[in-house]
Amino acid sequence: MDAPLLQIKQVSKHFGGFTALSGVSLDIARGERFGLIGPNGSGKTTLINCISGSLRNDAGSIRFENSEISGLAAYQRTRRGIARSFQIPRPFHTMSVLENLLVPSAYVVHLREAEAEAKAMEILSSIGLAGKAGVLASQLSQVELRKLELARAMAARPRLLISDEAMAGLAGAEVDEVLEILFDLNEKGIAIIMIEHIMQAVMRFSQRVVCLDAGRIICEGTPTEIVGNPEVQKAYLGA
Amino acid sequence: MKYWIGAALVVIAAFAAALSGMNEYFFYAAYIVLTFVVLSTAWNILGGYAGYVNFGTGAFFGLGSYSAVVLFKALEAPLFVQILAGAAIGAALGFGVGIMTLRLRGIFFAIATVAILFIMETFMVNWRYVGGATGLQLLRPEVMAPFDSYTRMLFVVMALLAVVAVSIARYIQVSWIGRGLRAIRDSEEAAECSGVPTLKLKLFACVVSGALMGAAGAPMPMYLSFIEPASSFSLNWGVSALAMPMIGGTGHWIGPVIGALLLGSIQQIVTVTISNEINVLVVGVLLVLFVVLAPDGIVGLFRKWTRRSSR
Repeated sequence: MDAPLLQIKQVSKHFGGFTALSGVSLDIARGERFGLIGPNGSGKTTLINCISGSLRNDAGSIRFENSEISGLAAYQRTRRGIARSFQIPRPFHTMSVLENLLVPSAYVVHLREAEAEAKAMEILSSIGLAGKAGVLASQLSQVELRKLELARAMAARPRLLISDEAMAGLAGAEVDEVLEILFDLNEKGIAIIMIEHIMQAVMRFSQRVVCLDAGRIICEGTPTEIVGNPEVQKAYLGA
Repeated sequence: MKYWIGAALVVIAAFAAALSGMNEYFFYAAYIVLTFVVLSTAWNILGGYAGYVNFGTGAFFGLGSYSAVVLFKALEAPLFVQILAGAAIGAALGFGVGIMTLRLRGIFFAIATVAILFIMETFMVNWRYVGGATGLQLLRPEVMAPFDSYTRMLFVVMALLAVVAVSIARYIQVSWIGRGLRAIRDSEEAAECSGVPTLKLKLFACVVSGALMGAAGAPMPMYLSFIEPASSFSLNWGVSALAMPMIGGTGHWIGPVIGALLLGSIQQIVTVTISNEINVLVVGVLLVLFVVLAPDGIVGLFRKWTRRSSR
């Protein structure tokens, strides 16, 4: 078997005296659908910030496609093939939806303008935003913003996509819509790390789930194993 | 193509005017207006496109002036060399300031730029070679061939500099660099995660902006035949360089040009008809009006109007 796409070994992160992550180790395989859960403040976002490069880990190693990336800036990691969406959507709000996608096209894929626009339109139609291509990002609805986050990440042609609570605050049918998009992306061979509080979504989506609590991995397994795990129940419900 | 024809026409018109029998005062006033075109265009590259507000325009401008004076006093360097030196020193200051402060965001960056301004002024006040606090009287060299007055020549030089500055700003705006800078202004974190090397791009913008400001400052001592620190490093340069793009519109290269031509001309008229002191008041009042009523400036108003009439 190939080496894992992403190898995280003994990663730690401190903020002053607070330990956000301590000795987290984790492998993600190519094309895997991976769920990351844990109560608020358990270190999920810190972990993906360390993977995407928004934060630097204090200790440990992060390898992507067999090369160490923990010293790289975020933009370099995006160019290597790691894209992410943000929990609170951060669109380029003075640009149109299409232009939002042209930023990664120009900086990651280095496409010519006409080619980039065609590719961007392709992505937009695949997630149902084609009709909004010319609209300013600041005028989108919540669901549309979530979709734009994913579309912009896609435009960087990642091999690993980190979806940070892409469904938080969405209504039932909207959750299904976003989930459908993520399944489609995964079918194209993109590994996806999904961070989510909506349990049904994580359980339906993930092949494997890890639960974090207080900066440590407390449990790893299939969705059904995780739900039945007493440690997980304790972390969520309290002792 | 249209742009370059326009740019060529501006240069030709400036030349023709300088060689005509027009009143000398026009050139004296227009030189300052053109200086503002360069300054506000330069400011807009970092402040407008990338959203990093620089209050220290005076630091770059004044340093450009002092570089020119030092070269002139030490080597009698020609004006062209003085301008190049001003640009180089401005770029170097931009790089230094950028490395130190561009990791700061929003208001912190703005405060840091004000600090740089005061450091520069204090430094020059204490440097005897360039006259310290009392300043230095300068004797202009002979004027060059086709021109019959130094002010007219400086006017043409500044017109050329303005065209160069605007061309650079325009290139940055329409190129991939401009798209990256806009992404930084909208959300720096998202930009970085979309593959934009944010620190490099901000540094680039800061260097280009600083170089143009330094270049704009270089001919000033010759224009005044005098240099002294208080006016060279005045906060007013920074306020005007910020207000003009805001009033014109920060998103497009034409915005700072419109703002500078409009506000600079009003200032010149007010200086002559009312008083020199009212100048700053005009800038302040207009800035407040625009920020409240038309945050996208004149360019924004124009766009809104054309959109409405096309419906």
